[in-house]
Amino acid sequence: MGQGHSKGARPRSAAPLGWNNPRVRSFVYQASVLIAVISVVWFFAATAQENLERLNISSGFGFLDNTAGFGIIQTLVPYSEQSSYGRAFIVGLLNTLVVAVIGIVLATLLGFLIGVLRLSNNWLIAKLAAAYVEIMRNIPLLLHLFFWYFAVLRPLPGPADSLNPLPGVLLNNRGLILPAPIFDAGIIAFLVAFAVALIGGVFLVRWSRKRQRDTGQLFPAWRVFAALIVFLPGLTWLVAGAPFHLDFAVEGAFDYTGGMRLLPEFVALVLGLTLYTAAFIGEIVRAGIQSVGRGQREAAASLGLKEGTTLRLVVIPQALRLIIPPLTSQILNLTKNSSLAVAIAYPDLVAVFSGTVLNQTGQAIEVITITMAVYLTLSLLTSLAMNWYNARVALQER
Amino acid sequence: MKNPLVALIVGILIGAGGLYFFLPYDPLLLISQNAQVASTQGGEGEDRASAGDTLQRVRNRGFLQCGVSQGLPGFSSPDEQGNWSGIDVDFCRALAAAIFHDPAKVRFRPLSAKDRFTALQSGEIDILSRNTTWTMSRDTQLGFDFIGVTYYDGQSFIVRKDAGIDTAKDLAGGTICTETGTTTELNLADFFRSRGLSYKVLSFEKNDEAVVAYDRGRCDAYTTDASGLYAQRLKLTNPDANKVLDDVISKEPLGPAVRQGDPQWEDIGRWTLNALLNAEELGVTSANLDDMLESDNPRVKRLLGREGAYGEAIGLAPDWAVHAIRATGNYGEMFERNVGTQTPLGIKRGLNALWTDGGVQYAPPVR
Repeated sequence: MGQGHSKGARPRSAAPLGWNNPRVRSFVYQASVLIAVISVVWFFAATAQENLERLNISSGFGFLDNTAGFGIIQTLVPYSEQSSYGRAFIVGLLNTLVVAVIGIVLATLLGFLIGVLRLSNNWLIAKLAAAYVEIMRNIPLLLHLFFWYFAVLRPLPGPADSLNPLPGVLLNNRGLILPAPIFDAGIIAFLVAFAVALIGGVFLVRWSRKRQRDTGQLFPAWRVFAALIVFLPGLTWLVAGAPFHLDFAVEGAFDYTGGMRLLPEFVALVLGLTLYTAAFIGEIVRAGIQSVGRGQREAAASLGLKEGTTLRLVVIPQALRLIIPPLTSQILNLTKNSSLAVAIAYPDLVAVFSGTVLNQTGQAIEVITITMAVYLTLSLLTSLAMNWYNARVALQER
Repeated sequence: MKNPLVALIVGILIGAGGLYFFLPYDPLLLISQNAQVASTQGGEGEDRASAGDTLQRVRNRGFLQCGVSQGLPGFSSPDEQGNWSGIDVDFCRALAAAIFHDPAKVRFRPLSAKDRFTALQSGEIDILSRNTTWTMSRDTQLGFDFIGVTYYDGQSFIVRKDAGIDTAKDLAGGTICTETGTTTELNLADFFRSRGLSYKVLSFEKNDEAVVAYDRGRCDAYTTDASGLYAQRLKLTNPDANKVLDDVISKEPLGPAVRQGDPQWEDIGRWTLNALLNAEELGVTSANLDDMLESDNPRVKRLLGREGAYGEAIGLAPDWAVHAIRATGNYGEMFERNVGTQTPLGIKRGLNALWTDGGVQYAPPVR
């Protein structure tokens, strides 16, 4: 690549376009490999197609429009038994995404905490964090899921004797049931006011930092920010007449209906994924922090920075350079590991699509191809975002 | 070579040459063969050969690969020593005995409901004998042929006795645990949808977890085929506090399946099952088999290979049925030994009685 682009700097290739010309040679080699790869893929695809036809196995993607006919317990978009397999695919995909995103956020937060605690000067805290890491990361994830699922289920009562810690909040072995917020028309004004307050606050903080840098004058930016974010939307809320009410769950024959619900399967899956991955992230964070030279801390201390400030302004920014690449791997792992959900009946992409849909249609090649493509796309997008972030925090050489 | 186009052509030739070199067989030959088959149209022999002579492959291997469940008492479940037992298992043993004259020449491959069809399609197993419901789509779209019905079943529910549920309709609004990738999931949806009732379904990958979840009270009911419910009930912490509803919401004819496209293999499976059923009808048991070999009844003589060449017609020895019956007994013996009233499952013959006894088990005659 580099050679090809820098050809202008050198005299135009003197060698004739023969076999002795390295550019021709490399082109021939690459073309050969490419052709060979394409031929092999084509050969396998053609063989598979021929065998499917011979065995009378249906193929093609037309099945996505057929009626699914099965129910799914957690749907983030409207779905019923009359919906199509394609719709079931979307339901499964969203269920995977919601678990992955929540799991990634929680695991990263917990992982950072564990990593920092492992380096604590307090002997007990450091050892507890170390014990956490060793126990959590050495138990297979599937066992984590079973443990948390049945650990979550066991102490919870049936719907008839639901725990009722707060008015409208119910806890039983069918899930955590909360009142669902129902928004009325006036909510738009409230949201706009909130956004204005947020953006205004960010600019305010930036402005005050710049002023402090330039003139040394202090401005209580955070306090003004807080006031802004409370009073501006608050006033709009009152003016709009509280455009909001709660939908409380009502008791049904077996169970409560209405309200919002966190399924035990979802909670167990998020718990298992978070606790397991956080142990790995904790080690990555510890390694990153320890890689920052001792002199950096001592220099910060000699400037009179407090321990927390040192960590935030000196150590972490340098540690991030080492933390981000392996952290990306863990985030990818968490997303892919969420496919174990089917073991505890959480309806993720693998459970719904390459489980139920595959069995109803029998079109293994198509279904598995789509599933693999989804995980590949998710992983590549995550990598892309993390690489972008990594490039931002990487050492800027001047 | 003055320009890249020439280089590209050379590249293509080298690539194609390399591919040709590494192929396991000659693609040009394959193309000409295909053209031949297409042109003759009557290429039955060719087709059959390419579909895979399953019997020959089984014989060469020396044992039968039989796909069974991961553990369903009465149908296919291993004991502590890893010895399999059950109706589905016995059918495979009978088949192995018919082929090899030795019921031990079979290996059982435990499969989840999710993996079973792919295992049969890919040729990993020779026969799927895994309490699998015979449906039209499975018979036509998956590339299988079902060879008969080993057990007439129907889907039902198990509920807690104190829940006040007497019929399936009382479950409206409840949560129901089941196993993913089964007809059960669809029947459930059909049942509630057609009655305009709501329900929630929790689909587990393995029935073990589904049963534990039901046992812990996560679900109001656990659903599967009635035979499975009787078996799973034994695994609950307090079996007597639970009951199987009398309602049956579906037809579930369970039977073994083979890959489509090998008529001989299909016939071997079908007629081994029919032989076991006919044996019961004719009163041939594993105990009186030796006496029956001397029987004058022409129907018995044909079944046991004393008359005619029925075994040869399916590529087996004339006395194939004798070996099958000696291995497992007739259908009635298989039923009583594995799921009958003397077993913990305690299932009555019901629909599975012979047609002569008021059931629907009816085998075409050997003649």
